[in-house]
Amino acid sequence: MSSSSSQRFTATPLSRRKARQEALARWIFCGMAVAMIVPLLLIVGYLFERAWPSLSLSFLLEVPARGMTEGGIWPALVGTIYLVFLSLAVSAPIGILAAVYLNEYAGDHWFNRLINLAVINLAGVPSIVHALFGLGAFVYAARFGYSIVSASLTLAIMTLPVIIASTREALASVPRSFREACWNVGATRWQTIRAVVLPNSISGILTGVILQVSRAAGETAPIMFTGAVFYKVVQKGDFFAYGLHQQCMALSMHLYTLSTQVPGVKESIPFATAVVLLGAVLLVNATAIALRVYLRARKRW
Amino acid sequence: MRRARRGLWALAGERLLEGLIYLCGISAIVFVLGIFFFVFREAFPVLGKENFSLTQFLFSEQWYPTSATNKRYGVLAMIAGTLSVTALAMVLAVPFGLGAAIYISEFCGSRVKETLKIVIELLAAIPSVVWGFVGLTVMSRLIVQYTGAPVGVNILNGGIILALMSVPIIVSIGEDALKAVPDQYREAGIALGATRWQLVWRVLLPAAKTGLLAAVLLGVGRAVGETMAVLMATGHAVHIPHSLLDSVRTLTANIAAELGEAPEGSDHYRVLFLTGVLLFTLTFIVNLTADFIVRGIRKK
Repeated sequence: MSSSSSQRFTATPLSRRKARQEALARWIFCGMAVAMIVPLLLIVGYLFERAWPSLSLSFLLEVPARGMTEGGIWPALVGTIYLVFLSLAVSAPIGILAAVYLNEYAGDHWFNRLINLAVINLAGVPSIVHALFGLGAFVYAARFGYSIVSASLTLAIMTLPVIIASTREALASVPRSFREACWNVGATRWQTIRAVVLPNSISGILTGVILQVSRAAGETAPIMFTGAVFYKVVQKGDFFAYGLHQQCMALSMHLYTLSTQVPGVKESIPFATAVVLLGAVLLVNATAIALRVYLRARKRW
Repeated sequence: MRRARRGLWALAGERLLEGLIYLCGISAIVFVLGIFFFVFREAFPVLGKENFSLTQFLFSEQWYPTSATNKRYGVLAMIAGTLSVTALAMVLAVPFGLGAAIYISEFCGSRVKETLKIVIELLAAIPSVVWGFVGLTVMSRLIVQYTGAPVGVNILNGGIILALMSVPIIVSIGEDALKAVPDQYREAGIALGATRWQLVWRVLLPAAKTGLLAAVLLGVGRAVGETMAVLMATGHAVHIPHSLLDSVRTLTANIAAELGEAPEGSDHYRVLFLTGVLLFTLTFIVNLTADFIVRGIRKK
């Protein structure tokens, strides 16, 4: 502020005080922002360091041994993959079509505002309440029992708002003039959506789907009482280990079990499980972010 | 010349598809109502039982669901647990979250801004069970070492973990609120010779205060509803806490810890579902309020 090169401006005590104030404020706020990042780095670093002795490819492919105190995490890994993709298969179509309805068909009507409120509330329902719902609705009322199906459906409903929100954002970013041009040549609403809106927003929708994957992979509470179990016998490297009406192991549940319920686990194993889960989730998220950054750079309108 | 017509099948298919789109559109309402219905349906029968009273449920700290002679279901201690952990989390997360939001929105350049936003997104993506694991292993050891507490899993631990978990949502919603303040406000302030700090304190914070309130409310909603992290990091003592280093149990952790042991259809099982109804109602109110505030701003 008080530069000496300017002939007309001389530093007064007031201007110096203001400059000091400004610098102080900048450093304080910067410190607060940094204070959020440092724990992330420290935690990731610490977990990784402690997990190091157990981390290897065979840790991923081995099955747990000696009452889960040794061995790897293969059954949990496969279980998580099953749960994620089954829940994705349910929530992606519903979520994308719901977003299409909200963005393309719905006007500003009380009923549509109600749908918006419902989406927001669905995102805010605690995960353990989703678990209670899954137990009441899928396990008992629909008689799916404790199974992969019940757990995936619970996860699907829980992650629906993620897909709806990001798909809506993607659809809304397609300029209105594109649609108008298409309507003007006589296309119907649906033809416009299929020919113009969806192709132009498909990558944004994909980002939402990827985010759903990361969310579903990390959740524990909703699957704890609907289909995930502590332990299940699975052959090493067997990818088709579970039937849809069976219960399965899952990474997040496995981490909870190892760290709270099983005595005498080799110390680095829970850390390694945490690192695998965290790494997978962060990797998936980073992919979504990279995709978004790439698309924004390539956007032509 | 004959006009090209679309076949009947194509038209019918389109109608059908639009019907399907409409159904998916209203699915969110169906699911929210469904959640309330199914959770309430499991809880309902216990309300009529003579050995159960709603006032005792809400205002008694006696939680003895498995006592052989005198079963008592009071969740006051768990409500106190939830409130204390959430309050501590907010005391830590609100200043840091809003400070970071101000930094991102007003002080830093565009490249730093993008980087910080990505970091916040990644922070928000960390699964709650991993946070719980961090609380259980890393944080509890640190707490025992520095405060001399007998156990490391307590309010302090849970509060710090929850603060870290709810900071991302406070930052992103808070930043949106600051972005919504018109640029004329900033220009007018700068034209008067205000420093950026004065601008933030005297102009932006008052102008964005409802939006910032919404950010805080959403943070509260997240903290109240969090399950796995508090289950692992707050210990399991069912009593009303007296200090930061007391272990507590929250409403969510109580359900997660006991649902597996409660036989289906027992009073214990139904009371846990009733706790779910309580939680659902609580977060419903918090989220609805936050949403109304946000919507009010957007209309302006």
